[in-house]
Amino acid sequence: MNQLVSLAVNPKILVTSARLTRADRWDHFLVRIGHKRGEHRVAPGLYAIGNPSPESPVFVTANYTLSFDALRSSLAGIDAHILALDTRGINVWCAAGKGTFGTDEIVLRVHQTQLKEVVTHRTLILPQLGAPGVAAHQVKKRTGFRVEYGPVRAADLPEYLKTREATPAMRRVRFRLGDRMMLLPVEVRNYLLPMLVAAVILYFLGGWISALAAIACLLAGSALFPVLLPWLPTRNFSTKGFLLGGVIALPFALSALLGHPDWPWWRQAGQALEFLLAMPAVTAFVAINFTGASTFTSRTGVRREMFAYIPLMAVTFASGALLAIVFAFVR
Amino acid sequence: MFNAYEQNTLTFNAALCTGCGMCVAVCPHAVFAMNGRKAVLSSPQACMECGACQMNCIAGAIRVESGVGCAAAMIHAALTGRKEPTCGCA
Repeated sequence: MNQLVSLAVNPKILVTSARLTRADRWDHFLVRIGHKRGEHRVAPGLYAIGNPSPESPVFVTANYTLSFDALRSSLAGIDAHILALDTRGINVWCAAGKGTFGTDEIVLRVHQTQLKEVVTHRTLILPQLGAPGVAAHQVKKRTGFRVEYGPVRAADLPEYLKTREATPAMRRVRFRLGDRMMLLPVEVRNYLLPMLVAAVILYFLGGWISALAAIACLLAGSALFPVLLPWLPTRNFSTKGFLLGGVIALPFALSALLGHPDWPWWRQAGQALEFLLAMPAVTAFVAINFTGASTFTSRTGVRREMFAYIPLMAVTFASGALLAIVFAFVR
Repeated sequence: MFNAYEQNTLTFNAALCTGCGMCVAVCPHAVFAMNGRKAVLSSPQACMECGACQMNCIAGAIRVESGVGCAAAMIHAALTGRKEPTCGCA
């Protein structure tokens, strides 16, 4: 009945539910493997979930399917409105950083959907991570709606709604093992082509062990590094990456030193050095590129890290590559 | 030289603070805490420069050069000659 009332006021209210279908789960799977990443969108606008009345809360989110679905699937048994902003299929936090999840877009959507005619209260509940793009006081001034920042994670909403107060834990962004594992398919996918090209080139330069070394250091950076992130020593991503790459390079160096008793000593040492120089540099470079996927690196810190360590990566990698080329011809 | 994240651009002017608590609410790393009727910087080193606090500080007591802490975006910007790196993942 209440839904009919609001539908009568505003015929443009879309309907959604808290239930995720098999098609939704398939869509989430495709997102996680990085398939057409920009195209997982829902239509921007106002949605009804459950059977909302004019007193029901309004939740604001992005029009990225993972964001929208995280919100609606957390609202089982809760009657509410969802205002989906047009963030061009980007998640809340990244869109807030860009400003597309922002004050202007909220003001536009509130007016466009005639939200004031749909609800009697004047409160918008935003995900906390939308805050970098939104000035709450400006939204209030321009729309009359007060912005209330809810928890970081939509899953905490049922608990949050009991008191409308977020606990300190709800306000903290995390980057747990499970969160990091979810990123692995996309991370590895980004390096598949370089991995293949490098493996083929190195196969012809130095044989299958060299080809394997290329795959190992790129996989270490893209798959092992995100998993081991908090347990690798030092704070910098680049030094963590150098250390991990060094460990991965050890068996390759040992195989050059011990696996070829027929070689002269300088060739054993030279080829071992080749792995020890080039592999950690590659892993460290892939590792520093993971800063943007993490939830805690500042621009100042990343910049300082880049200036300090990218030259070192370039020099050690170039030396290792030079050795590889030399030993490909001096046999 | 193993921690480039000890410094950041966050500054807080307690004299201007009105004690609204918005910075405490929006910070995902608990950089701010309330101490009586004023906010205080409780763990400034945890700041990731997302800019949420400055954006929502009606008193203008917080300054931070916000931007993306993403090496991939900065490298991409450097290579393509763009000035300000943004999240261009999609």
